[in-house]
Amino acid sequence: MEQIIQNFFNIGILKAAFPFLVRGLGMTVLLCLTVVPLGAAGGLTVALLSTVKNRMVRWLVVIYTDFFRAFPPLVLLIFIYYGVPFVGIDLPAFVAVALGFFLNTSSYYGEIFRAGIESIPRGQTEAARSTGLSGFKTMAYVIVPQATRNVIPDLISNTLEVVKLTSIASVVALPELLYAARQGQSITYNATPIVAAGFIYLILLWPVVRLLSRFEHKSIALH
Amino acid sequence: MLERFLFSYFNWEVMAEYLPNIVDGFFLTIRLALETVVTGIVAGLFFALIRSFRIRIINFFIILLVDVLRALPPLVIIVLFYFALPSVGIRMSGFTATWLSLSLVLTAFAEEIFWAGILSVPKGQWEAARSTGLSFIKTMRYVVLPQAVRLTIPPLTNRTIAITKGTALGAVVAVGEILNQAQTGLSLSYNPSPLTLGAFAYLVIFGPVVYLGRWIERRFAWKR
Repeated sequence: MEQIIQNFFNIGILKAAFPFLVRGLGMTVLLCLTVVPLGAAGGLTVALLSTVKNRMVRWLVVIYTDFFRAFPPLVLLIFIYYGVPFVGIDLPAFVAVALGFFLNTSSYYGEIFRAGIESIPRGQTEAARSTGLSGFKTMAYVIVPQATRNVIPDLISNTLEVVKLTSIASVVALPELLYAARQGQSITYNATPIVAAGFIYLILLWPVVRLLSRFEHKSIALH
Repeated sequence: MLERFLFSYFNWEVMAEYLPNIVDGFFLTIRLALETVVTGIVAGLFFALIRSFRIRIINFFIILLVDVLRALPPLVIIVLFYFALPSVGIRMSGFTATWLSLSLVLTAFAEEIFWAGILSVPKGQWEAARSTGLSFIKTMRYVVLPQAVRLTIPPLTNRTIAITKGTALGAVVAVGEILNQAQTGLSLSYNPSPLTLGAFAYLVIFGPVVYLGRWIERRFAWKR
């Protein structure tokens, strides 16, 4: 017991590592604020492109989403960070992470938005168009708002996964929360910083998990 | 430019040299994925069944465990197992740490999905089955589960695919799966062609899996 407290819940170590962890958390938040809006906007674009008449475009969208959903995000990240510099393009870690996340998360958000758009009956489009709204305005004011509302639980769930996923940025030395924790561990030879990072994730994300779990029970129970 | 591109990413010589390693990684990834899927889904179903007995104190702990595992990033759990546990004398290989972490995460998600499925079967069915003389376990086995499982297939498939892609996280704790082999090849040859091979290997595994997921989603979709 004492050994556990000494190694996992060491107050002295925690005090020393705390500033690092806070800075790491700041980077995690910044990363989330970058990749979540970018990924969601990209996803909405992908979903809208999958509704166009042109077959070629729709095919390309399917290939794009399936291709990037087939790669583990860490593989994308490693490829971009370590692979791309060989053709002479040097990407800072943050840009590499943002790009890798964009390709991955826009595919997932795209699938969600597409399901949302498909859930809106065609009559809505016809009604909107017959009142004189343009195709674009119909999408923007009639379809997308309702589609988004229909898939809110999935959007939140995916966003939670994206936030958790930012921890893989530690692999390419971006100083986010997990990276800070591992640095703390290697400097102090004590696992307390990693345990503390775990608790930080837990405290921040637990409310989201609770919320989702309520949504899920409701949605399946409705069938 | 094109020459440089081909030399970097499609260098046949380098590829031929590291192909055997990537193939080893390929099979290790499949093994890790399969072991994770089986463990996670079986354990998830087990906990959902335990939960259906509605014993308060046990359910409290199941919910707590599930919530924690859903809130923590898988890589954090892997790092905890591999880098933190040895300091209290618990040592495990990178493979075990990755398998255990991903299985636990899948267990949590699968438990939630199965439980939601069990809840979705109307109470009247329970009552009807019990009143015909079926025991609790037989009601679960023959009446509730067959209906619940059908509902859970699409969400469970998607979640399982997402979590098995986490096998790449094993590269961080020195599991010789595809990504790890590709990275080793990159640093030994100083040429990223092994990464291209690795990417291709992932496409071979997960391309069909993603396609299968799409098909299952359509096949089991509920008509509204």
